[in-house]
Amino acid sequence: MDFGAINPVVLVASLMVAAVPIMLAAIGELVVEKAGVLNLGVEGMMIMGAICGFIVAVRTGSPLAGFAGGALGGAVLSAIFAFLTQFLLANQVATGLALTLFGLGLSALMGQGYNGIKPPVTGPVPFGPLADIPVLGRILFSHDWMVYGSVLVVAAVWWVLTRTRTGLIIRAVGESHDAAHALGYKVNRIRLGCILFGGAMAGLGGAYISLVRVPQWVDGITAGAGWIALAIVVFASWKPWRVLVGAYLFGGITVLQLNLQAAGSTIPVEYLSMSPYLVTILVLVLMSSGRGRAGLNAPAALGQNFHAAR
Amino acid sequence: MLRRTLLATAAAGLGLMATAAASAAAGMDHVKACFVYVGPIGDGGWTFQHHQGALAVKEAYGDKVEVQWQESVPEGADAERVLTQMALGGCNIIFTTSFGYMDATNAVAAKFPNVMFEHATGYKREHPNVSTYNARFYEGRAVVGTIAGRMTKTNKIGYIASFPIPEVIMGINSYYLHAKKVNPDVQLSVVWAFTWFDPAKEADAAKALIDQGVDVITAHTDSTAPLAELAKTPGLVGFGQASDMEAYKPLPRVSSIIDNWAPYYVKRVGELLDGTYAQTDAWEGIAGGEVKIGEITDAVPPEVKAEAEALRDAIAAGTYHPFTGPINKQDGTPWLAEGQVAPDGDLLGMNFFVEGITGAIPN
Repeated sequence: MDFGAINPVVLVASLMVAAVPIMLAAIGELVVEKAGVLNLGVEGMMIMGAICGFIVAVRTGSPLAGFAGGALGGAVLSAIFAFLTQFLLANQVATGLALTLFGLGLSALMGQGYNGIKPPVTGPVPFGPLADIPVLGRILFSHDWMVYGSVLVVAAVWWVLTRTRTGLIIRAVGESHDAAHALGYKVNRIRLGCILFGGAMAGLGGAYISLVRVPQWVDGITAGAGWIALAIVVFASWKPWRVLVGAYLFGGITVLQLNLQAAGSTIPVEYLSMSPYLVTILVLVLMSSGRGRAGLNAPAALGQNFHAAR
Repeated sequence: MLRRTLLATAAAGLGLMATAAASAAAGMDHVKACFVYVGPIGDGGWTFQHHQGALAVKEAYGDKVEVQWQESVPEGADAERVLTQMALGGCNIIFTTSFGYMDATNAVAAKFPNVMFEHATGYKREHPNVSTYNARFYEGRAVVGTIAGRMTKTNKIGYIASFPIPEVIMGINSYYLHAKKVNPDVQLSVVWAFTWFDPAKEADAAKALIDQGVDVITAHTDSTAPLAELAKTPGLVGFGQASDMEAYKPLPRVSSIIDNWAPYYVKRVGELLDGTYAQTDAWEGIAGGEVKIGEITDAVPPEVKAEAEALRDAIAAGTYHPFTGPINKQDGTPWLAEGQVAPDGDLLGMNFFVEGITGAIPN
């Protein structure tokens, strides 16, 4: 591939920004799936986060409140999913898909009258002289706080899942809910907590799109980011740090294809436009071949509903 | 009374079919004017301006017209359903406001010979009840191109293109030619977004251009997202597209190309009311008031502002045509000889870049 006039430093800096929404949504979904729940409604929760965050930010004038509102919006939508799957024992795949469609419709309804409005600006974190360091300054010290926040969330999830008792319980619930139940853990309540966390993270990712990346509201603004987040969880074989790698990879390809165009690459535009999705398919095929490593890493009770009476 | 009107209209319609001429000679007491939009009214650009035109129709004729519209209608099969629904619902005249509605408009027009169809930016008039209308946006592109050539510090200017259709290619060529005229070192980067309205993608495209060192961007897409992206970095320059987009004044928005559809809509509905309506192919520009240049802000040096305004006035007066030779095609073959002015036919079918633009037009 011809990288031509593309500045790698600028490319890395912009892929870090492009990766934030999918990284947040993917790390949330990872926790949900680690607890044995498959929530395919990530796209719906993201777009609810996008509109709720936008409305709150515009009304209050504070981006911080906006992000909180976005997380809340995503969590509220995921609570519907939790109620249906954990208490009414509805099929998780069907409910998740329905959640996406519902979220897309509801967000369009809520967004009426919010088209064409500018949200308050989320500026870069002031690192002072640090931002002027060549190369490193541009890559590491020129972003808004959500970029750093998303990396911290990944670190925190890794630490909780692998180093704490809470993480052990979540993983136990996801591997064998019957065993966890026999030990006295409240399986459904733990899963409820994880689903709400996943919803909040997806909402936060959505709010990042409508408040920082675009920044404005339009119907269908997430444009499939939720599905890429779902693919990243599998790509990462349910390991937090690999979510970070996956998100940067996918974000990087998206940014790269537009940069290649802007730099006057001779590759036809159509191939560039489809490249992120081609890579998604390719990675999923590679992951699922090769002695089923991806399958081995999947939580054993993924997608199975639990009821104490059974 | 109403029944009689209906009968009269029907009779007129039958007459139309017989003579295959689209003139509602009888005139009408009441017109239902319908509009099909490709994006939401709140896009702040293309659709917003069409809606302003629709509201102007209502204001001009009051109770004599009823205005109906539908937003975010996808180009393709859905458009045909929406148009059929509108025609069945009693619309007398239907304005389809995007290039992609071209085939749907003509297909539905064949089934409803008594309903008048007006297709924006298209070229197909397969039935006597289909008219087309467009604006000479390339005239506006010439003015902003001049500003772009003067304002760029990196000598790299960008263009966020939507689809590879003559309308867009015309705009790119005009923008580039006039930037080049005032700044021979200027280089143009074109990014194809393949959408009219997808703010996330438009913002990413703008960001990619900025990352490449482009400091002046014009967009041929409908939202304000490229300006929002430009606004993040001080000193970058952009233009309002379709609408004034005055929220981004004075920087990055230094000027704008405003589509002003109201006079045309008011005129056409009026003609339907008084019975002088006939099939047309309208293509007005700065002179006709369909294309306006938004206020040039103080971020632009006064001499550049004066230069741009002089160009605008010359185009309006008809003393200057943005495509005046000598102009070569991208591959070096001559297109227009010295002093020759591009014929409208060449413009409406334009499928080539002019000499100096790098990159190929996607198929």
